[in-house]
Amino acid sequence: MDLEKFLILSAIIFAIGLYGVLARRNVIIVLMSLELMFTAVILAAVTMSRYVASREAVAQAGVAAESVMQTLLTGQVFALFIIVVAAAEIALGLGIVIAFYRSRETVDISQANLMER
Amino acid sequence: MLFQDLIFWALAAVAVVGALGVVLLRDVFRSALLLVLVFLTVAGLFFMLAAEFLGIVQVLIYAGAISILIIFAIMLTQNVQEGNLPNRLQFAAVLLPALLLTALAFVFIDTDWRLIADLPAIDGTAVEDVAFRDNTFTLSKLLLENYALAFAAAGVLLLASIIGALSLVRER
Repeated sequence: MDLEKFLILSAIIFAIGLYGVLARRNVIIVLMSLELMFTAVILAAVTMSRYVASREAVAQAGVAAESVMQTLLTGQVFALFIIVVAAAEIALGLGIVIAFYRSRETVDISQANLMER
Repeated sequence: MLFQDLIFWALAAVAVVGALGVVLLRDVFRSALLLVLVFLTVAGLFFMLAAEFLGIVQVLIYAGAISILIIFAIMLTQNVQEGNLPNRLQFAAVLLPALLLTALAFVFIDTDWRLIADLPAIDGTAVEDVAFRDNTFTLSKLLLENYALAFAAAGVLLLASIIGALSLVRER
């Protein structure tokens, strides 16, 4: 039951973030909701690495402690790379927001409609 | 075990309420502060999940650096107090996450997970006790040996994003 409650918590945070991305007009709120979704995914990855045994881990179990350790911690390496990508994404996203605000004097994402015409 | 459950439910409640506040509050600045709160509770959950290095990284990068960036962006734009308006997609925007959440919860509960706790013991100690003992040491070994190429590529990605962000916000 430990595994499921962490996973469902991450699913709830992801769903709230998805709602924010879909339903809000302020582009900074949309970016913050994206960060919520990233956090939920990282939480799911770390949970999996803590509780779920991969096929490799099962094959190595009982043989060598060190290789089992490395196999089980792969999920945390994955989470670390997601954090790096999220940091790059938020820096670029906020750069775009500032550039957008300079040209339109607003942060309302429904005003970003050049392709509608 | 009861103590751990108590901490988990407290952190989970704060995280969910904080995340709802991020998307629902009118004041964008308060949303940003609640986002920091969510990041901190998730860091606490990482410590519970035997990922202490990731917990510290979460506090440093998310609660420290990314939230400062977001607060700077909020300060540079107008309408902080009345900034968080809904758009016209309310019905679909509630329905889609609700459906996704239902499907995910069903899958999580229904799947027959192969748990680490069920693995055979190594030298008489359970795998769980062995595997998460030297978290930071093993993580650094993995990063600099097995995933060295991805590690270098992440550095290149960060450099590219710095240059890209600079050229985006530069005054012409």
